[in-house]
This record gives sequence, structure tokens and C-alpha cells, in this order.
Amino acid sequence: MTHIPPHDVHYLAQLSNLQLSAQEAAALQADIQSIVSYIELLSELDTTSVEPTHQVTDLHNVWREDVVDDYGIAADDLIALAPESQDGQIKVPKVLV
Amino acid sequence: MTIADLVGVSAVDAVTESIKKARAHESFNAALSIFEDRAMARARLVDSGEVTGRLAGIPFIAKDNFLAIGGPTTAASKFLASFEAPLQATAIERLEAEGAICIGKANLDAFAHGGSTENSAFGVTTNAIDKTKVAGGSSGGSAVVVALGIVPFALGTDTGGSIRQPASFNGIIGFKPTYGTVSRYGVVAMASSTDTIGVLASSIDDTELVMSLMAGKDDKDMTTLPDFWQAHKLDRQLKVGLITESMTDDVDAPVRGAVEAYAEALKEKGHTVDGVSMKMLKYALAMYYVVVPAEISSNLGRYDGIRYGRRAAAESLAELYGKSRDEGFEAENKRRIMVGSYVLSSGYFDAYYLQAQKARTLLINEFNDLFSRYDVLIMPTAPTTAFAIGENVHDPVKMYLADIMTVPASLAGLPAISVPAGIDDSGMPIGIQLIGRRRDDTLLLALARQMEGSE
Repeated sequence: MTHIPPHDVHYLAQLSNLQLSAQEAAALQADIQSIVSYIELLSELDTTSVEPTHQVTDLHNVWREDVVDDYGIAADDLIALAPESQDGQIKVPKVLV
Repeated sequence: MTIADLVGVSAVDAVTESIKKARAHESFNAALSIFEDRAMARARLVDSGEVTGRLAGIPFIAKDNFLAIGGPTTAASKFLASFEAPLQATAIERLEAEGAICIGKANLDAFAHGGSTENSAFGVTTNAIDKTKVAGGSSGGSAVVVALGIVPFALGTDTGGSIRQPASFNGIIGFKPTYGTVSRYGVVAMASSTDTIGVLASSIDDTELVMSLMAGKDDKDMTTLPDFWQAHKLDRQLKVGLITESMTDDVDAPVRGAVEAYAEALKEKGHTVDGVSMKMLKYALAMYYVVVPAEISSNLGRYDGIRYGRRAAAESLAELYGKSRDEGFEAENKRRIMVGSYVLSSGYFDAYYLQAQKARTLLINEFNDLFSRYDVLIMPTAPTTAFAIGENVHDPVKMYLADIMTVPASLAGLPAISVPAGIDDSGMPIGIQLIGRRRDDTLLLALARQMEGSE
């Protein structure tokens, strides 16, 4: 059985952009451990020369004309959803520190 | 309550009555918001004849992961607690174009992650029949508002059973169409390769009418299938396969009894029912809990606290992302995102994600083989009736097992319906699941209609 050590949980939290408390990380470690133990059931299956399934629509390359479509939504209405904005731009904390 | 009950009732009266009932049943915590002003304004347009259509003046409630104008769209999460959508889901647009009136939004597990509606940031929805039991999920609120007779139908999403299982737990009908039947535009994405839009209702006629109006290609969702929806008249005896692996001791005896009784009723109508083996059934849930968390971890990357939704106070960009996501997501959201990150991370990708995608092919191959011999497959919708609130919250895998019967059709993109089929010893409803070939949606509905009332 694969063991999920604490440093793996921290790495997963980092990959997932989640800043977890120590208590949360410990609880999630136990949960992820039990979920991973369960999904290991799949290793029983012989999938040699089986192609993976990524989608089930049978559709291929659905194209559209390369024309601008705003879907009837004004840019200002989208900017207005941002928690902070100024002069039609979304504000974020300093990126380069 | 059915749509037929509202014939001859004015739209204003129908909407007023639904809103009154929703408020009288607030203790179930099934409806998260009521859009009274917009709903009444639209009702007046229907009564004055300015808006007409096949659902003129019929009130409905949408799961709160459908973007709608008139109130907040929260996905039952703190992240979107005060999010006002700038657009409407295509599904709602199409129903409104036929005169239907969205009166509000229903509770769900946050971001539709769960099978009990206990993961909502806005409290648990209780079962319509027994308030100590779960509503099921994730479309728990949608199921309960229909079961309580607040509205004749509600919209839900079904990624791994989220329409069928709560329908089963509350004694109503829950229909999940073939993947790609209804546009997902304007619906909060969970797992894009299995997300579907469907209906919870009290009659097959209502289920089919609403589905027929929502179905069809939408340029705003590239995965919608070319229009195929066409009413089916059942004029032959069908070959039905009863999945034997779904009838083991792991399934409650009253549930098995209900499935056997349903099989007998099918035979009385002239259909044949054979026990058939589905070897991949035992692996489907494991596939689902690899593929779906992987897609969730990707889809939920958009909740970054920058463009919309909750933003935590932070000094740096990394802190803003990390804190906003920590504060905005529920524990189950975090579990799924992190499991998704795990199965997609280098070193584990082949063993988990690729293996699950290959296993998914084996599952689809097995379905194809079964459907070369049978028209419809039946099995329980869930191994149990509604469980007690709190019973499974501390054991995620046990909670996931409630989805074991519903995930196979999701992974294969097949249409499936849960129909009510009696009650267990404590009076809790049991659901039977019928699964069809891709695009055989109306055949399933025709069979369910023929069987309606004969369970």
C-alpha cells in the first residue's frame, strides 16, 4: 500500500495552491491515504494494449469561425466582479517581490 | 405536484404559491435563495400574454451551480457566497424562452462535491421524508423541493449520480441524459468529461417535457451533441438485463427486494429480464475517484481570488491564492483537489490517472457488449436508502460508496434514470436505476412511463 507521508501532503497542498493549517493538513493526510488505498484497486486490472478514454462524446475537432463573440456580456460587467479593480483593470498584490 | 396540476392556474398565483410553500418549508434548508422580484415580474409577463410557451407560468428551482439572473449563484460555497452571475445558463435560458419561471436556487454539496448535501457552506439539507436523514446529493436541495411539492420540477447536475441518488433518497424521479445532450454553458464545472444537466420531477411526462426543451446543440458548449432528441413510442418488448453484481449482500435487502419486484413487473408487461454479469462494476468507483478529482483539480484552478469570488487579505500573490482557496473551499473540495493533484503528479500519473483512463475503456467495452444483447440495464440507484445525517461524514471512502451504482453510467456517458420503487421497513424511499444506450434517452423514458405507477 502506498504511504502518503506528511511532506507529500505539503507538496500536494503547494501544487493545489492551498495554504493549509497544520490541523487541516493532518486530517487531509489521513483522508488522502484512505482514498489512495481504495483507488489502488485499479492495479488489479490488466490494461496492456488498452487505449485510454479521455472523453465520451465521439465528437472530433468542433470548429467555429474565428470571429469575436462577446456572448452578450460587457467587459465592464466582468471587471466589476473582481474583488478589486481600478480604471478597467483588475488589481492584484505585487507579483515580483 | 406535476405541471398538469397547474393547468388553469395563473402564473402569478402559481409563483406566489410556490414561494409561500418554499418559505413554509425553510426548516429543510432545501432552497438557498428565492428570486421573488424577478419571478413575480416574469409571472406578470406570462399572465399578460407577453411571454408564452410550453412551460408558460410554470415555476421551477435550479440547483445553485446554475448561473441565473435575479439573485446570487453560490455553488453552496463560501468562495461564491456573494457572486452575482453576469449571464444565465443555456438550460435556464431555454426554459425561460418557453415561459418557465425560475423562482430560486437549491442547496447542494459545495461545488457539487458530495453525495449527501452535508458539504454545503450554508448548512445541511434534510431529507423530505425524515429530517434525521440526508437528502442525498449533490443535488439534495433540488430533490427535496420537488419531493415537498414546492415546484413541479427542479434542475440538477449529475457527474457521478448527483441527480439519481438524491431522487432515490426522496422518492422522486431523477434523470441524467446522455453526456452532451444539454449545454453546460453557465453551469459551474466540476468534472468536464462526466458533467451532465438533468431534471428531478414527480412524473415522467414532466421529466420528458423539460428535457426535450433543454436538449440540443449549443454553440456555447462545444461538447453538445447534434440534436437527436425525439419522442419514442414503446411498441415492442424489450430485453432487460439485471446486473447481478448489484444484488449482493452489500446492498440492503429491501432495496434488492424492490429491484426484484420491478423485474417481475417488467416481465408482466411482456419484457424479458435476465440476470447479467458486469465484471467492471466493482472497479467503477475507483476509476471515478481518480478521473473526477483529476478534472476537479484542474477545473477549480480558476478559483484564485483574482477575477471573482472571495479574496483573502494577503501581502503577496502566492499568499492571496493560498489563503483565498483555503478559506473559500470546504474540506471535501480540498480533499478532491489534492487527490487530483496526486494522481496527476509526475511519478503517479501512469499508475493512477492513465490506469483509470484505460480502465474506463474496459468499462465502456463491457457496456457495449451488454448493450449488444440488451436494450436496457437495471440495478439499484443506491445500495441503501437515505442514511442518517452525520453517519458518513468522517469517512470519505464510506461516503463515496453511496455512488457505487451511479458512477458507471457517468463514466460511459450513458443516459440513466432513477424511478421510485416503494419504501423500506422504516418508510424511506427506494430507487431503481434504468440505464440505456447512448442517445436512447427517450427509450428509457418510454419504458419508465409504461412502468409508472406499477412498481
